[in-house]
Amino acid sequence: MGPDLLGRRLLVVTGKGGVGKSTIAAALALVAATRGRRVLVVDVDAKGTIADRFEAAAIGFKPREVMPGISLMAMDTEASLAEYMRLNLRVPIIGRLGPLARALDFVATAAPGVREILTIGKVCWEVRESIEGRADWDLVIVDAASTGHVIAQLGAADAIGELVAVGPVRGQTAWMSELLADPAITALNVVTTPEEMPVAETIDLVRRARTELNVPLGAVIVNRVLPELFTRDDEQIFEALSNAPMLDQLVTRVGPGATTVMDAARLAVAMRRSRVEHLNRLRAEVDLPTLFVPYLFARSQGRRETAMVADALAAELGV
Amino acid sequence: MNATPLSAEVPGHGHGPSLESLLATKEIVVFCGSGGVGKTSMAAAAGLAAASRIGGKVLVVTVDPAKRLADALGIESIGNVERQVPAEAFVRAGLEPRGELYAAMLDTKQSWDALVLRHAPDEQTALRILDNRLYENLTARFVQSHDYVAMERLFEIHQTGTYDLIIVDTPPTRNALDFLDAPKRMAEFFGGRLLRWLTAPYRVGGRRGARILTAASRPFYQVADRLLGSQFLQDIAEFFLNFQSMYDGFVARSRSVEELLHDKRTTFAVVTTLEDAPLREGERFCDELTKRNFHLGALILNKTLPTELFGPAGARAATQMRHESVAIATDVHDGFESESVARVLVTIGMSFENFAVVARREAELRNELTHRPDVVVDVPTFAGEISDVSGLARIARYLMPS
Repeated sequence: MGPDLLGRRLLVVTGKGGVGKSTIAAALALVAATRGRRVLVVDVDAKGTIADRFEAAAIGFKPREVMPGISLMAMDTEASLAEYMRLNLRVPIIGRLGPLARALDFVATAAPGVREILTIGKVCWEVRESIEGRADWDLVIVDAASTGHVIAQLGAADAIGELVAVGPVRGQTAWMSELLADPAITALNVVTTPEEMPVAETIDLVRRARTELNVPLGAVIVNRVLPELFTRDDEQIFEALSNAPMLDQLVTRVGPGATTVMDAARLAVAMRRSRVEHLNRLRAEVDLPTLFVPYLFARSQGRRETAMVADALAAELGV
Repeated sequence: MNATPLSAEVPGHGHGPSLESLLATKEIVVFCGSGGVGKTSMAAAAGLAAASRIGGKVLVVTVDPAKRLADALGIESIGNVERQVPAEAFVRAGLEPRGELYAAMLDTKQSWDALVLRHAPDEQTALRILDNRLYENLTARFVQSHDYVAMERLFEIHQTGTYDLIIVDTPPTRNALDFLDAPKRMAEFFGGRLLRWLTAPYRVGGRRGARILTAASRPFYQVADRLLGSQFLQDIAEFFLNFQSMYDGFVARSRSVEELLHDKRTTFAVVTTLEDAPLREGERFCDELTKRNFHLGALILNKTLPTELFGPAGARAATQMRHESVAIATDVHDGFESESVARVLVTIGMSFENFAVVARREAELRNELTHRPDVVVDVPTFAGEISDVSGLARIARYLMPS
């Protein structure tokens, strides 16, 4: 039985660049949606990768349903600010913010946490609206920034109070902190691959999340795990087949192509072996529930791959 | 492990432009690409190739190397100092240390501090900036500060004339193109109306804290006050007033940095894997470099499956092993139970077919490459990870076939 991720209201998905965060976020959404949940996926980096996973057209700040039960939105701090001001300060903003936005953008760059709070604030707002029945979602999944930046984003609600001592923003952040800290609502999940750097960053992130954040951790999701080809006994046969006299017999029987087939198999075995070492390190240093997603020998990255990853995740989650 | 093809089989070897000719003629090679494609290993291997085959003094500047790679290069936690990779490491890896290889890690904070100390009008101002609580946050984030400081440091090292070749591994950023704009954006930032506009109300009349708003800036301050509080805005403005004193130095410097990147002694190598997302990013990068008149020297396709393993002869053999496993195992079992041998044959055949799907996809993506620089190099996937100089030497043989 896997961790109860689908029972939460907010799943944040982070990890080192290139490990497949968007694929995993999309697949989690698909797992939830096929089980009747209405899901909002937020693309925080707004690179458009999440839309590709559903083969959908480019997305904007306003959520759009791309398939039954799954809506996508791209984070936009300017739009988030406009919405915030409209809802909280009763400052009507018509159209784009123009020079005011550029000035605020500038201040946001300088002021710690302002940009982050606009990002995480929008996410929290959608979650709160959904809990209170005013938004259509049962679950919000965040395709988050990579490991380095996600700590700043999730910690923004806590951190902003330290610098902005009096502004009304401060009073607006306490509920966010509470929501993010509630293990019944939120889970921070880390995607990795069984390689040196991603595993090292995962270990580091889990440690930092525990010391610097008040956000419950969910699961570690190991993506692109190569299959173990042989049992110990079969491996002996494989070794024998790779060498004389069996290899020669095989070549005589099957043709010269047998040599390259054996070379390819040796490459597969060796690749698997080198990755096992990193998996062992991950297991030794991170005590979170771990979900394994196999390396997909798929043709392309689109709905098909998302569906395959979703199946693997569903099996790991036991749903 | 025999899967490594011989260098003689590496395509394109010995004809026309090569990475070797680039490394031999350029003074700066910037390695870029999206996260996880192996940029750092490629940069380090190129440095090794240049130092062992071409000679001269070669420096590799990396940003965030994997621990093992850092250990291999002997640059663990040494900050901004350049350190020589010992000649014995070359010999152990079966290479001839014709030249000297140095490695350095980029420490963003240290580099920024050095910049402030250089450009501030006096020590007092420098210290006021360094002590400001906003400083660290700013240098960590504003106008792609990592990118800027990486390029700035490159410029500084190049100016000393210590090295024949400098290889730079670019920082992992959300947008791999950011560092190209960093010098220009830095200049724009300091020269920008925005900064003047933001600090103006605090500058007039010389009375700190007494703000004079113009018609233009009033709406901004009204909103900003409500969001952040006026005290905080004042802190920011004061900080920037100090920061602005470095304007001239920064602008002149960032122009020089930009010129150096455009100089014909500088070239770019784009690293990617043959996977959809990194490749798309890599191609976009090639386009942008060309559009902006940077010299695109090479495209490096990393972690590809060795194509010669997945040809038609292998495919036929794999199909046969899978579908006629029982019959084959009757003839080939050498004392093992033929049933077990048949099972192993099926697994081997299936594994081949799985990887062949990926190999075909890679071949297709390779054929579809729209933007091909003169040099396109393949570096096949290695069984293990690169953890020492011998590992780098293996990559180097692909980057620079003999």
